[in-house]
Amino acid sequence: MNNSSKMREALQALVARRDLLYMIAWREIKIRYKQSVMGFMWAILLPAVIVTAGIIVRYGMSALSGKPISGQEIAGITVKGLVWAFFAGSLRFSSTSLIGNPNLVTKIYMPREIFPLATILSQLLDFGVASSLVVVVFAVTRLGASWQLLWVPVLLLITVALATGWALLISAACLFFRDVKYLVEVVITFAIFVTPVFYDVEMFKKWANLLLLNPLAPLIEGLEKCIVYGTAPDLPWVAYSCVVALVSLVGGFYFFKRWEPAFAESI
Amino acid sequence: MAVDIVLKVENVSKRFSRGEMHDSLRDFIPSLFARLTGRARASSTARKEFWALQDVSFELNRGEAFGIIGANGAGKSTILKLITGIMQPTTGRIELNGRLSALIEVGAGFHPDLTGRENIYLNGTILGMRRAEIDRKFDAIVEFSGLADFIDTPVKRYSTGMYARLGFSVAAHVDPDILIVDEVLSVGDIVFQNRCLEKMNDIIRSGATVIFVSHNLRAIAELCPRSILLEHGKVSAIGPSQDVLKTYLESSGQEGRRARSKDLIIAAVKVRGSHSEGVAFNSGEKVWVDVEVECAGESEPFSIVLFVNDDRQYEAFHTSTEYLGYSPISMKPGERFACTFEMDLNLAGGTFYFGVLLYRFNVEKIVDRVFPAATIFVNTLSEVRGVVNPRPAITAFGRVADIEPAKEAIKQ
Repeated sequence: MNNSSKMREALQALVARRDLLYMIAWREIKIRYKQSVMGFMWAILLPAVIVTAGIIVRYGMSALSGKPISGQEIAGITVKGLVWAFFAGSLRFSSTSLIGNPNLVTKIYMPREIFPLATILSQLLDFGVASSLVVVVFAVTRLGASWQLLWVPVLLLITVALATGWALLISAACLFFRDVKYLVEVVITFAIFVTPVFYDVEMFKKWANLLLLNPLAPLIEGLEKCIVYGTAPDLPWVAYSCVVALVSLVGGFYFFKRWEPAFAESI
Repeated sequence: MAVDIVLKVENVSKRFSRGEMHDSLRDFIPSLFARLTGRARASSTARKEFWALQDVSFELNRGEAFGIIGANGAGKSTILKLITGIMQPTTGRIELNGRLSALIEVGAGFHPDLTGRENIYLNGTILGMRRAEIDRKFDAIVEFSGLADFIDTPVKRYSTGMYARLGFSVAAHVDPDILIVDEVLSVGDIVFQNRCLEKMNDIIRSGATVIFVSHNLRAIAELCPRSILLEHGKVSAIGPSQDVLKTYLESSGQEGRRARSKDLIIAAVKVRGSHSEGVAFNSGEKVWVDVEVECAGESEPFSIVLFVNDDRQYEAFHTSTEYLGYSPISMKPGERFACTFEMDLNLAGGTFYFGVLLYRFNVEKIVDRVFPAATIFVNTLSEVRGVVNPRPAITAFGRVADIEPAKEAIKQ
């Protein structure tokens, strides 16, 4: 059997078990907020902390340069902070998605990619809840909407594809090597400096393109542009991100399926 | 694959590496370098590997109940994990034709923080059901578990028995084409165990194929016409269960000696019938148990106790030289003493374990004990089930009166 027909079969098996994907994602959400006083408020609070940090950093920058901080900038940081929170959360929680379910991995057969995928789904729900922040910020800063908002679903889809591809790889790698979990933490902690969350790439003039090589950067910048400024995203760079996302997704799924037979005996 | 063959296991082998694999990059990177530079540690890795299964083949027909037996570590769990797809065979092929449900560990997918209701949905989808299907079967599942009052309680507050009952209830309602059962019937109280066995019989009758892994040889003999015996990962017997069980008992019967004293030792215990010495007997047959005792040092007078346990280690009966009217035995160093018990083997079909004690009744002290001294298999009968065979017969059978007058009597 060749690779592509194997992959097709794997996809069919996954689609057949979509109810399970839904239930595992539902469980993850339910467990996360069970026995916590704040419950779903946590989904808003964590991104809100990132956004607040961003605003403080930006305020410091504006104090240095003497340029006052604008409502648009605050809205931009809110959008970027939320996307970053989703992306970082997806990678962070995907690292424990398989090793946190040893019983299910070793005792029952199911398409195991369901676990990292469920992580992505539950993070998406958190992201949806947290998006209410954007509405609040927009109401306060009195920003309007434009036709460019039609780019939002496209850009988000690419972001989710990118996160999914990496989540698949990370979850499987963590199963074989627990080090990966800590590595992911370290990388996420540093990645916020090389991802334009608290700043815009234009601030770096000729180095801007180097920063955009981070496939998440064009997506975050693009979302800020079309939501806050009502301008189109930088299409060539978005296309670049799209290609990276597709390669990650297909490659992630391929390697995940290739390593899967060894999961039960290696966990 | 022929239509009526639902499972085909072909020359399947499985290799495991012993001990820790590279669990951290710190171990992995040096070993990767070693491999790249050609300093492959072939000898050390070869020593760390072992074959859990070697060249196992069998086929299952639709609607067949099939038993898998073997000692601990013989590869029973491994073959189940390969069949369910949890693991992949190192070599060989497994072909499966139909929906499979495995009761390998009931309630494996339960989450303690979720309620019984939520776990039914979660576990049901884990076992391969659709949500709509669970909606339909929900009431039946709850009813079978008998946990209607606790269905909205988090399962972490359940007792172990309740946990297992809910797990079995969900798994039993999957309606699989192939059902794998691994030693789960040892959970819950006796009422629930019987319900489980009944349900399994229902599943077998409904035309599903059942693979049954158990140490309960009586259950295997009753449920499965055909079995396979695994020994150290290899197939050592396959065929009608009665024959396979015999092979199993012959190979594993002579273990379990435990001496208490160096002075008095049970030297030999042998069970023989009128035709043969062996492990398989017919119910009601006359058997003789020869016991030999050796005396090495000083000893007090003792009696010989013979006991027989069933496969759940409940005692079927015990007797002794004392009960049978013989006075305690006194022995001098270097002597050898022989005693033969004769009895009618009025036991129902199944496995029974013979044990022998040297006992001092006056001070209630065990001097030596061997268990199991011998293991026998009593061929399954159609007329009785259970432990004993009191040779029941029917002496009256027929209508004696119309039932209507009786009903009238109750009304008054």
